[in-house]
Amino acid sequence: MKRRDFLRKSLPAGVLLPSLVSGFSFRAFGADADIMQSLMLPVTETDHVFVIIQLNGGNDGLNMVVPIENFNSYVNARQNIYIPEKSLLALNGKAGLHPAMTGLKAMYDKGHLKVVHSVGYPQPSFSHFRATDIWMSGSDSNELVNTGWAGRYLNYEYPNFPNGYPNASMTDPLAIQIGSSTSLTLQGPAVSMGMSISNTSNFYNLINGIQDPAPNTPAGKELTFIRQISQQTQQYATVIKAAATNTVQQVSYPIKNSLGDQLKIVARLIKGGLKTRIYMVNYGGFDTHSAQVDSVDNTKGAHANLLMNVSDAIKAFTDDLKFLGVDDRVVGMTFSEFGRRIKSNGSDGTDHGSAAPLFVFGKNVLGGVLGDTPIIPANTTVSSNLPFQYDFRSIYATILSNWLCVNDDDLQQIMLKNYQVLPLVNAGGCKKAVNLSGDMLISNYPNPFVTSTVITFTTAGGHTLIQIIDTTGRVVANLTDKEYAAGTYTVVFNGESLPTGVYYARLQNLATQQVRAMLKLR
Amino acid sequence: MDRRSFLTSTIPSSGSGRVKTAPLPPPNGGLAPFTGAWTENEVIHLLKRTLFGVTRADINYFRTLSLQQSVDELLNPTAPLPDLPVKEYTVPAGATNPDTNIAQGSTWVLDVNNDGTVNSLRMNSFKKWWMGVMINQDRSIREKMTLFWHNHFATETGTIGNAQYVFKHHLLLRTYALGNFKALTRAVTIDPGMLVYLNGERNTKSAPDENYGRELQELFCCGKGPGSQYTEDDVKAAAQVLTGWRNDAASISSYFDVKRHDTGNKTFSAFYGNTVIQGKNSATAGDEELDALLDMIFATQEVAKYISRRLYRWFVYYDIDSTVEANIITPMADLLRANNYEIKPVLSALLKSEHFFDVLAKGCQIKSPVDLVVGTCREWQVAFQPSADYLTNYGFWSYLVNWANNMQQSIGDPPDVSGWKAYYQEPQFYEVWITSDTLPKRNQFTDTMVQNGYTFNGKKLFIDVTEFAKTLPKPEDPNVLIDDILKLIYRIDLSAASKNQLKTDILLGGQASDYYWTDAWNVFINNPGNTSNTTTIRNRLRDLIKYFMNLAEYQLA
Repeated sequence: MKRRDFLRKSLPAGVLLPSLVSGFSFRAFGADADIMQSLMLPVTETDHVFVIIQLNGGNDGLNMVVPIENFNSYVNARQNIYIPEKSLLALNGKAGLHPAMTGLKAMYDKGHLKVVHSVGYPQPSFSHFRATDIWMSGSDSNELVNTGWAGRYLNYEYPNFPNGYPNASMTDPLAIQIGSSTSLTLQGPAVSMGMSISNTSNFYNLINGIQDPAPNTPAGKELTFIRQISQQTQQYATVIKAAATNTVQQVSYPIKNSLGDQLKIVARLIKGGLKTRIYMVNYGGFDTHSAQVDSVDNTKGAHANLLMNVSDAIKAFTDDLKFLGVDDRVVGMTFSEFGRRIKSNGSDGTDHGSAAPLFVFGKNVLGGVLGDTPIIPANTTVSSNLPFQYDFRSIYATILSNWLCVNDDDLQQIMLKNYQVLPLVNAGGCKKAVNLSGDMLISNYPNPFVTSTVITFTTAGGHTLIQIIDTTGRVVANLTDKEYAAGTYTVVFNGESLPTGVYYARLQNLATQQVRAMLKLR
Repeated sequence: MDRRSFLTSTIPSSGSGRVKTAPLPPPNGGLAPFTGAWTENEVIHLLKRTLFGVTRADINYFRTLSLQQSVDELLNPTAPLPDLPVKEYTVPAGATNPDTNIAQGSTWVLDVNNDGTVNSLRMNSFKKWWMGVMINQDRSIREKMTLFWHNHFATETGTIGNAQYVFKHHLLLRTYALGNFKALTRAVTIDPGMLVYLNGERNTKSAPDENYGRELQELFCCGKGPGSQYTEDDVKAAAQVLTGWRNDAASISSYFDVKRHDTGNKTFSAFYGNTVIQGKNSATAGDEELDALLDMIFATQEVAKYISRRLYRWFVYYDIDSTVEANIITPMADLLRANNYEIKPVLSALLKSEHFFDVLAKGCQIKSPVDLVVGTCREWQVAFQPSADYLTNYGFWSYLVNWANNMQQSIGDPPDVSGWKAYYQEPQFYEVWITSDTLPKRNQFTDTMVQNGYTFNGKKLFIDVTEFAKTLPKPEDPNVLIDDILKLIYRIDLSAASKNQLKTDILLGGQASDYYWTDAWNVFINNPGNTSNTTTIRNRLRDLIKYFMNLAEYQLA
């Protein structure tokens, strides 16, 4: 079926086209009119970018943002690794940054850094894998969610992706992860909403056209051939390469700092014109069970080096964004899967803990410190952990609402529950329209729904499956599973007996699939 | 450059565009038996070329045998021919001749039915079945050889149009897969499907049709190489020899009708020693003249060389230079002739040769779409339904047939009588398979198989990554796990640095210590009901395997 035919048939069934409401009937224009095409594009789009910095391993928040207010208890709990008070970079008199973080201190002084104390969630997990999945999915501790919070956001903003992408209104990747594989953060209900650029070989391949060595054998010849085709056909290779080439001059970044290397690429791509919304980078080594400080000088050592690199990299990135004239558009955040135990262990390290501070940074950040300095018990035991003050999902909800401009009504569909919005960023200038470009193959009406909703789908013919999936990925209903002639059809999903919450309607038509998020309300 | 420094050097990096390198020499050595060590590397090489994909169990099995025993076993299938394709389709109302006489689940292959809709459904049924047979292959070369003959004696189901003929033709290729080339050629010549496909049934003395007479020489026996010197008059004469063969749809067979046969003498060129085939007019004239024709054609050395080159390109590599021609093709041809065109002796010599196991011969095949699709199912041990649930299995096989078709290899329907371009189109050969259209589809296929899978009839077809990992000897060790997977699926290993990076990024989630994976794996084994941990294991394995299948290395065999 042609795209136009599809629009003609499916729009009356309740496709969300907010711009149609203002007095014009769809029929009056006719599906072929140019204005229809323009209506399919976003009206005004925010150009905001969000950068997520993952600190792998569980960062020791207590030695990064040291509680000056409770310094004696802090020293008492960490006699072998505490950071001396006089060396701290004081923030608000109540807490101080690790002395290695001079770059971030300078940003704080300018009001470009928000320090959020004690971010966590109820019943924290102490497993790297599980805690990382919780942070990336935005799930409760005892709940499995197999999509990422940013993936759900991108699926909300670009509901038809990847069918019909890239297209004129979105030429670029929706999200870019620097690394080997896209993380759960960017996983949408059907497909990953991001693309990854490996920082070992693929990225440099892409940007600089460098080949990995292939053996000089017939096998190497064929491998080289396939790699070349692969580079030519990576869906977004051309636009990424063009963006990277567009940016010719940048400020200098710290050397031997892999986080800086990654952020330098991000700045280059933002300035180069990519409309990509989300970038994700990561930096590892924070699992400091032993020797996290120098045996002579606690302000030095492994953890100090990590923090220095984080600080230097973010500072250089921020300076670069200003130099490139795009600092208005970018906000970033750090996170780690957990903080570390209050009490240090006998090997000059710290074991897995719970809540920890995180940073939100950028020109449009409301600078300062959010929350109370963590209280440290006078007599800590090995099982003492910091309680959380802010749920990490409130940070996400705030970014989505105030920075990525998601309508309040739609926040719950992305975050799966309601979370408080915090004073983190300047919320002015948010305008938003859902981007309906691409090929819409499945939709539902009404949405949200209370008992049932009508699902409209378009099949190219052949075996077609419509299933309803919950947020854990469990199939709760197969609405149809049979051969169809090409065309547009409807099926009714009756969700009366199901709990309220988010469900996904998935179309599978041979090699094609598309997923629509639906919200069931009371 | 000497051979050693040659092998240790690498192809230079290049900016954009094609890497320009000097022509690479094809593999070294001749047909002399390989006397090097028979290690896992050699086992995998042999199996990747003779089976569709290789499993750990296959490797373990053949490691207990010698190279000679392994090749002998591969060349001598013991499993009976597979069960016949069954009716799994529903004939839409309105068909003029619905096959209501055939019960669901019973075979249709001997049921004569000329209804267009029914035939179309049956031809699809045949293709699905064939996919299933390849996936369920035993440890023999039969499936690769059946597909070889389909590529060699290429026919299209759409042109034949009669599902019973299509299946009979297929069964012929399968039955003769490891038999005698000359006997197979004879059977193909008067096979009903081929008689339709190349118009043999319409070739009469009053209106000769040269189509088959030409392809018999140009594509099936002599080829177009410099040594192939047959003439246009030879095409005409061969067509005359073959006049009079007709089909009988009711008995799904062909017969000879002397009234339509050209009974005159047929004179051939010097290429065939100026042979004259005496015209005959008896009821057996068709058979006798056909035998004379094939005796004449198969007496030329060129036929043996041509089929040797075809086998070489199917099992080794496409590049045949003068050295390979002299050291491999010519001795293969001699072997064929010494054995009266029996296929097994020549395959046996090739697959046991030092040339086949030369380092330069390894990993240089680009997988055909069928090799990719079937191999992916087999190598990751994708589970199908019990045979009683044939409906679901046919649905799954149909899905896989479609994918191979999307990647430009439609089993049963090659592009034309020349077969797939990857085996004859100079200079690209295998590289024809990889285009800006098909490579993303290959990646999309493997992504889908490892992520959402394909749901049909309420059942799911997918790569179960945890079940797969359990078949490996030491999945709890992330380094060994990665090595064991790569050994199975790649012929060119990743660098240690890349492996370490992937281990850290994917399996360890950025952690430095291997025990995080080991602990999680052990919890998974001891307490699979711990759903969050099980999800962790499954998702990380899935991401790793997805990544591996997306690298160019996965396309090589």
